[in-house]
Amino acid sequence: MVVYLDHAATTPMLPAAISAYTEAMGVVGNPASVHSQGQNAKRMLEESREIVAASLYCDPIEVVFTGSGTEAINLGIKGLYWARAPRRRILVPGGEHHATLDTVEWLAQHETAIVEWIPLDDQGHIDLGALAAAIDRDPLDVALISVIMANNEVGTLQPIIEVAALAVTHDIPVHVDAVSAYGYIPVNFRALATAGVSALSVSAHKIGGPVGIGALVLGRATTVEPLIHGGGQQRKVRSGTQDVAAAVSFAVAASAVTAQQSVAAGDAETTRLAGLRDRVIDGVASVAPTAVLNGDPERRLPGNAHFSFAGCEGDSLLFLLDAAGVSVSTGSACQAGVPEPSHVLRAMGRSEIESRGALRITLGHTSTDADVDALLRALPAAHAQALRAGMADRVPGH
Amino acid sequence: MQAWPIGYPGTDASEPANRAVWLVRRHEWFLLPHVGRSGADAYNRRVKVLAAMSGGVDSAVAAARAVEAGHEVVGVHLALSRMPGTLRTGSRGCCTVEDSMDAQRAANIMGIPYYVWDFSERFKLDVVDDFIAEYAAGRTPNPCMRCNEKIKFAALLEKAIALGFDAVCTGHYASILTDADGNKELHRSAEWAKDQSYVLGVLTADQINHSMFPLGATPTKAEVRAEAAERGFSVANKPDSYDICFIPDGDTKGWLGERVAPATGDILDREGNTLGQHDGAVAFTVGQRKGLSIGTPAADGKPRFVLEVRPITNTVVVGPKEALAIKEIAGTSYTWAGVAPEHPEVEFDCHVQIRAHADPVPAVAQVVVSTMVSTSSTHATHATHATHATHASDAGVELRIIPNEPLAGVAPGQTAVVYVGTRVLGQCTIDRTVSAVPSSSTPSEIPASAISATVNA
Repeated sequence: MVVYLDHAATTPMLPAAISAYTEAMGVVGNPASVHSQGQNAKRMLEESREIVAASLYCDPIEVVFTGSGTEAINLGIKGLYWARAPRRRILVPGGEHHATLDTVEWLAQHETAIVEWIPLDDQGHIDLGALAAAIDRDPLDVALISVIMANNEVGTLQPIIEVAALAVTHDIPVHVDAVSAYGYIPVNFRALATAGVSALSVSAHKIGGPVGIGALVLGRATTVEPLIHGGGQQRKVRSGTQDVAAAVSFAVAASAVTAQQSVAAGDAETTRLAGLRDRVIDGVASVAPTAVLNGDPERRLPGNAHFSFAGCEGDSLLFLLDAAGVSVSTGSACQAGVPEPSHVLRAMGRSEIESRGALRITLGHTSTDADVDALLRALPAAHAQALRAGMADRVPGH
Repeated sequence: MQAWPIGYPGTDASEPANRAVWLVRRHEWFLLPHVGRSGADAYNRRVKVLAAMSGGVDSAVAAARAVEAGHEVVGVHLALSRMPGTLRTGSRGCCTVEDSMDAQRAANIMGIPYYVWDFSERFKLDVVDDFIAEYAAGRTPNPCMRCNEKIKFAALLEKAIALGFDAVCTGHYASILTDADGNKELHRSAEWAKDQSYVLGVLTADQINHSMFPLGATPTKAEVRAEAAERGFSVANKPDSYDICFIPDGDTKGWLGERVAPATGDILDREGNTLGQHDGAVAFTVGQRKGLSIGTPAADGKPRFVLEVRPITNTVVVGPKEALAIKEIAGTSYTWAGVAPEHPEVEFDCHVQIRAHADPVPAVAQVVVSTMVSTSSTHATHATHATHATHASDAGVELRIIPNEPLAGVAPGQTAVVYVGTRVLGQCTIDRTVSAVPSSSTPSEIPASAISATVNA
């Protein structure tokens, strides 16, 4: 049996989302068509948009479906940047997801953007003082601020409200990357918008929906330049025939998120995941007392446990756990198939060697105590062997 | 079926005297399901094999053969560069995005797990930086050899063993055979044209015991390609790589020029007279004829060749072709591939090969106390080869090789691989040569202590 502990990469689709998806794929009709079949498709699409909007505490008109979380982030950042021309400055914390990093770097290389990296502390929090100082240097030239809601590697929750409060006094739009937060902590766009957030990105496959659909939540008052031009669908922000079946499936997963975060449900799922996560943290501490838990120990995603193991490579641990039937991640971005030390840990001030000992264990809706048991059974031997392999591919003294 | 130079023993199975040897040797060890063990139980044990997969056709077929031999195989692609570059057609370099995908697709077809391991830092230090430093020191290194010595059969093998593997499998064309006493020997591959035993000459007995070369017995590359096509590998027709992998455009001189500060210097004759100017000594290699741009012709009107590169004084020494003839080579940095000779201090017959595709030349070799060690002649090697501490050689002792006929185009830094028949006996990095044609002034040798100052990287 394979134990899946990489829910941050993608989480299993809900069975109901799979059946809704396959059923909806059998329905003929372009939602832009005028005839009855088109109207039926349109109805399915807009019902789905309403359900997704409800899970994000926003209005349906504010939900722009995209092909992925990455596309949503690109649309949020580039769209805001171009809409805010001629302003040039983009303020971004270090350690963001590559969807953000590479987008702002592209704008710096190909447009006139000036990217200013706001430092992180050793737990991965944005330095609010540095952000305030950066804004104050020339607030009129700031095109936007983009910040991740919960770090996808180390799980630290960012003080989004505080970031928005700094921006709102200068009418600077804030884009929030909520891809890794969505489904794990409440993502309340209404509350965030009140504080000053303009746009927010999510992805369906992180919550049990399908890969291939994401959404940019875009406040009514916010304008962005479209990246894709064509038939003018979705407020003319994102042209292209809309994927009804994917939206229907997304909506099934979104409704599960809404139910899970309802008053009636309380914090049951969050508490359950945090309980499993803490078992992982305690178990790792007893197997490898020198392993360091990365990120904020309290204000973190309930399903995220991220460690730096001393004296061994994350990829050795990953390989050995994989051989033992436990799927985890080194948490590092795998750019073009070439692993590289975690840029998040580097942004948090860790050495390259600490970054190379990184292992991310993430839990989700299918995770059970038995999964944690299996991990903790496999870990002692894997850790001992990975220690023996040590840093064979490292240069001593570096 | 094979075109060995006459005189290689043990290769003609029709000779009764050789038949016993042949029968033993035909047991390519990779077919035997054990490593470094004896006893019948070991034969029942599956070997855990790490197949190093570059994304090329050879390593893919090698891995597939290891799978078919019944071993438990895991494919690993080494990420050797942090900047994998653009999508290039063919196999112009290592670890492009396409190479990694090609390797993974072959692993998928074999149904084996596949991982990418990051060796980029070690590769940079042990291979790329070493390459630059060697050139800066006026020597001609072989980076593929250094990669085998430091990465594939050292760092990777060590990690593999520690992670529970028994052996590393590669697509090199070479054979590991077992002698009558059960010792592993490294031999040439069946096909002369593809033989890669030279670049494996740096392997030690322990490394050979944990290596696997399933392509060693394959008569032709065409057969490997046909087999790849039959197996459905997309890389079946992928072009071979010939370049140095980290210099993808093949412009070694230009690449080095960006990394080693070029400076104009003098071109001298053997007597020390200045003949002209060059724009950076590092770009020259011993034996080179073109690109000297000397204004005045030689007195005898004959072409002149690079005889020596002196990085510290930034000078290049040129002379007639005859002066390139080398009658003796030696290196203090030597290793034995497998069982060492019982009496290496006693002169023995062998063949010596000084480049990957050079012909082997009959020679005699001997381990001797270096008579040159107190002179300046070997200082450069001692200084910059401090990283080669794993070599078994003792300071002041060198492997001396005297070819029956003088060799041409030998440069310090090259590796001399010593063969007995088809077997690789050992190797040394050449740090001393003796010209067959004495000149009026002895070629000077330079300590390399200040060399790093000229290196940008």
